[in-house]
Amino acid sequence: MTDNTFLLDGEEIPFQPGQTVIQAALAAGGYIPHLCYHPEFKPHGSCKVCTVKVNGRTAASCTLPAQAGLEVESDTDEINDLRRTLVQMLFAEGNHFCPSCEKSGNCTLQALGYDLGVMTAGFRHFFPDRPVDASHPDILLDFNRCILCELCVRASCEVDDKCVFALSGRGLGKHLVVNAESGLLADTDIALTDKAMEVCPVGVILKKRVGFAQPIGQRRYDPEPISAQALRDAPRPPAGAGHCAACEVEE
Amino acid sequence: MNAPVEAKKKLRVATTSLAGCFGCHMSILDIDERLFPLLGLIEFDRSPLTDIKHCGPCDIGIVEGGICNAENVHVLREFRNNCKILIAIGACAVTGGLPAQRNHLDLGDCLSEVYLTEPGLENGLIPNDPELPLPLDKVHPLHEVVKVDYFIPGCPPSADAIWKFLTDLIAGRTPKLGHGLIKYD
Amino acid sequence: MTRPQGDPALEPGLTLILERHLGKPHHVLQALREIQEAFQCVSPQAVGRVADALGVPLARVRGVVGFYAFLGEQTRGRYRVLFSDNITDRMLGNMELLATLCEKLWVEQGRLSEDGLVSVDTTSCTGLCDQGPAILVNGRAIPRVTPERLERIAELILAQTPMDAWPAELFAIEDNVRRRDILLNDDFQPGDALRVAVARVCVPGSEVEAAANERSWREGIPGAALCAPLSTLEEIKRSNLRGRGGAGFTTGMKWEACRNAPGKERYVVCNADEGEPGTFKDRVLLRAHADLVFEGMTVCAYAIGAHQGFLYLRGEYRFLLEPLNEILARRRAANLLGKDILGQAGFDFDIDIHLGAGAYVCGEESALIESLEGKRGVPRNRPPYPVTHGYLQKPTTVNNVETFCAAALIAKHGGDWYRAIGTAKSAGTKLLSVAGDCARPGIYEYPFGTPVRQVLEDCGAGAGKHSTLAVQISGPSGVCIDASEFERRIAFEDLPTAGAFTVFDTSRDMFEVARNYAHFFAHESCGFCTPCRVGTAMLRDTMDKIADGHGTAHDLAEIQELDKVLHMSAHCGLGHTACNPTLDTLKRFRPMYERRLKSLDFEPAFDLDGALATARRMTGRDDAGAHLEMEP
Repeated sequence: MTDNTFLLDGEEIPFQPGQTVIQAALAAGGYIPHLCYHPEFKPHGSCKVCTVKVNGRTAASCTLPAQAGLEVESDTDEINDLRRTLVQMLFAEGNHFCPSCEKSGNCTLQALGYDLGVMTAGFRHFFPDRPVDASHPDILLDFNRCILCELCVRASCEVDDKCVFALSGRGLGKHLVVNAESGLLADTDIALTDKAMEVCPVGVILKKRVGFAQPIGQRRYDPEPISAQALRDAPRPPAGAGHCAACEVEE
Repeated sequence: MNAPVEAKKKLRVATTSLAGCFGCHMSILDIDERLFPLLGLIEFDRSPLTDIKHCGPCDIGIVEGGICNAENVHVLREFRNNCKILIAIGACAVTGGLPAQRNHLDLGDCLSEVYLTEPGLENGLIPNDPELPLPLDKVHPLHEVVKVDYFIPGCPPSADAIWKFLTDLIAGRTPKLGHGLIKYD
Repeated sequence: MTRPQGDPALEPGLTLILERHLGKPHHVLQALREIQEAFQCVSPQAVGRVADALGVPLARVRGVVGFYAFLGEQTRGRYRVLFSDNITDRMLGNMELLATLCEKLWVEQGRLSEDGLVSVDTTSCTGLCDQGPAILVNGRAIPRVTPERLERIAELILAQTPMDAWPAELFAIEDNVRRRDILLNDDFQPGDALRVAVARVCVPGSEVEAAANERSWREGIPGAALCAPLSTLEEIKRSNLRGRGGAGFTTGMKWEACRNAPGKERYVVCNADEGEPGTFKDRVLLRAHADLVFEGMTVCAYAIGAHQGFLYLRGEYRFLLEPLNEILARRRAANLLGKDILGQAGFDFDIDIHLGAGAYVCGEESALIESLEGKRGVPRNRPPYPVTHGYLQKPTTVNNVETFCAAALIAKHGGDWYRAIGTAKSAGTKLLSVAGDCARPGIYEYPFGTPVRQVLEDCGAGAGKHSTLAVQISGPSGVCIDASEFERRIAFEDLPTAGAFTVFDTSRDMFEVARNYAHFFAHESCGFCTPCRVGTAMLRDTMDKIADGHGTAHDLAEIQELDKVLHMSAHCGLGHTACNPTLDTLKRFRPMYERRLKSLDFEPAFDLDGALATARRMTGRDDAGAHLEMEP
């Protein structure tokens, strides 16, 4: 084995210094299921779906620095069982009613559920009360589906330079808040062209009046499972631009 | 189908819809001409298709819809007590589904708005006939009330998904849907 | 974004607070805490003013308010009474007292009284387990609540007596030191350790001298000037001192890694976020031995080359703030802090105290650093570790209060003196916070290697009507042991501990102990990662289901599965250990669980008959058909 490779399920994966395990894996065509990781943003490590086993210990592969000689196990029954449970937990935590969700078919959580063979949330559903924010003329926020991945938080701060979104509360009470004293999206400076509008993996941030535009069969995850598509999307370069000075306190 | 399976006694199957819309039953019927080979393997006990009112001992119970009232609980328990294998079919049975969209509302507020304070109502009264089942304060998926053996998600699951699932099960294979057949919408 | 001017009711107190923190984004939490203290809430207008004044997005400020239990955008009344809800408070009848107070004040638990005067609720352990049950009123700690004292408190609240006019006697807190060893017995005087440290010289030809010369070239400091700090570091390494916060990392290695980390600025942080239920030793150290703590921090600064230190003090210990600040002022006056400490050119170091605001997870060192930076206390991804990327991404040494005390003594007496005490793998002594079912709760200092039985004898456990059933070592994230294990020893190699030592006698129900801890973890989960956020809530609900008499063997199996998921994937120790109290007690006291279980292998997840209560009320029905049995 050369200096800059590690093993993913026995396959040799080359990496660049500074890459994490998932970054190197996806770039080299090795799929590791993931949810809060997005190739354009700094890895976050909160959903834990990308957990892998490395030299006997588990770690989130999106934040684990790639190192020469690591032996990474990902596609094993044990790890996939764990991922299934984590996805089930997310389904039980929020109110995910796919039949009425306009993100259905384009939803990352749903697509992961399909690929991992999640037939039921299994657990007792929490059925939280999460009122929607329909204050904005063009944008709807349906918090019922929020999985707290913070992609919108990251996009709005790092790319849009606005910090429209942040998280408040803690534990099961953790929730998304917007950057307005009134607490309403209409009073923020969000725009339809914002990066934050594109990144929601589930159906929280929605453009009004465009729902259900794609017929069933033509939606993103209808033709191919997410495992096939994630690899195609993977080697996108980081956006980099638009650092928000107010967002990051002296990084 | 394999010959040994056909040689066996037909499997007895019961189906019902609780807090559901019968859409899953429509999807069962949508397996179309494959119903004939299927009926070579199974026979129906309690089901909207047979109009048998109570479930007897069965091999498989298929329940559509979630649990929204006391009667749903009784019927589900009847199925659980009589069926060796219990299958939750469709979004409502698996997650609570559409009826569970009321779960963020207070049941008392709902009842009083609909029956007492809605504009145009006069001398409103909340129905209280003992014949009527009382609603639960929330709608629940089946697995929160009884042990469920298998789940087929979808609103409704496609006929192909139901066919694949049942033929796997009847042939003794662990049912597996795979891409295109497993869906939640 | 423009905002209307703030509520005039907030002026001018708010302006004064904001002026102190103007343009300092890292001060968000400190500003919010002061606003909360002054106005009993951080109103949406105040959130906006903080955002503007400190230069932080409003949503992020709101996120900080929402994270900490002691902050809130809604007022919780002119008097907010919080009952400490550790298991030891429970055992002393805190819930009965809470109910009594609610009755006297005409208020429902968790709700604001109709006149807006008062609210009554529970909070996580306040660190007064040796003198419980304890409460906080507007953040001020009151120990030993009895029905009589509660009566007086209720009268003071109803008479709307300002807190400053409440009798001081109510707030009197005891130290309850019961056993002293080398640390608590030392005749330490401020400056003792520093004077020895700065006087250390390199032994000619020693490794330290070689290192000093090598570093002199690298760090641009004369080799002789490095001899004393490096020799001090050498003493810490030689002592085998290990961190007292629970994890037991070797302190000398941590300091050395921090010193070696690239970068000019370094920080020393003292973790006084003593949140583990059942522990209170840091409270006593900070009250009776604060000079030792600060001296240890200063020794660390000397050894690693830091100029700024922080003491992160848990919000529950707010009452220690003024006395600690006075001690800091005295140390500055004595040239034990500030510029050119003890006349050593370039030895500049000072300490600021930051207060927490009710978040157990901030005891995790990277979460603590986030909190110090004014943010939500969410543990960071590691690596990188704080020794290289800590406060403001600069090399930072975070140590426990007790670790710094020990470090000061090692600087004074030398590493060989220290390592001779305790066991081979656990040098020195350990302070135990003994509480629960014993005659003499309080602080006990023992050399490492002391068996649990010895501690139990000394504190008078099992001397009364009931013998000792179990001891929870190191709080809920530690381990629960039963009588067959009382010969086990307090030591990193056997029973490592952050200090909590909670005794349960045979009258106690260990299931209820575990259930209390399950509620604690669910309440304190930061919510960052999926497994802990959802898993701790599931554990709490399952324990409640078992308590309600609806548990099954299936539920116990589910907890085992949950534990596996949390161990494999939780982001930090809180999640990893959340199931430990349940599994420990299940293993040792299984009948206490089993007698609650239904014989069935499945029970509904919720109370079926209870779920019909609203419909029964609305329809006025109570016939047989209007009820559901849990078992068909």
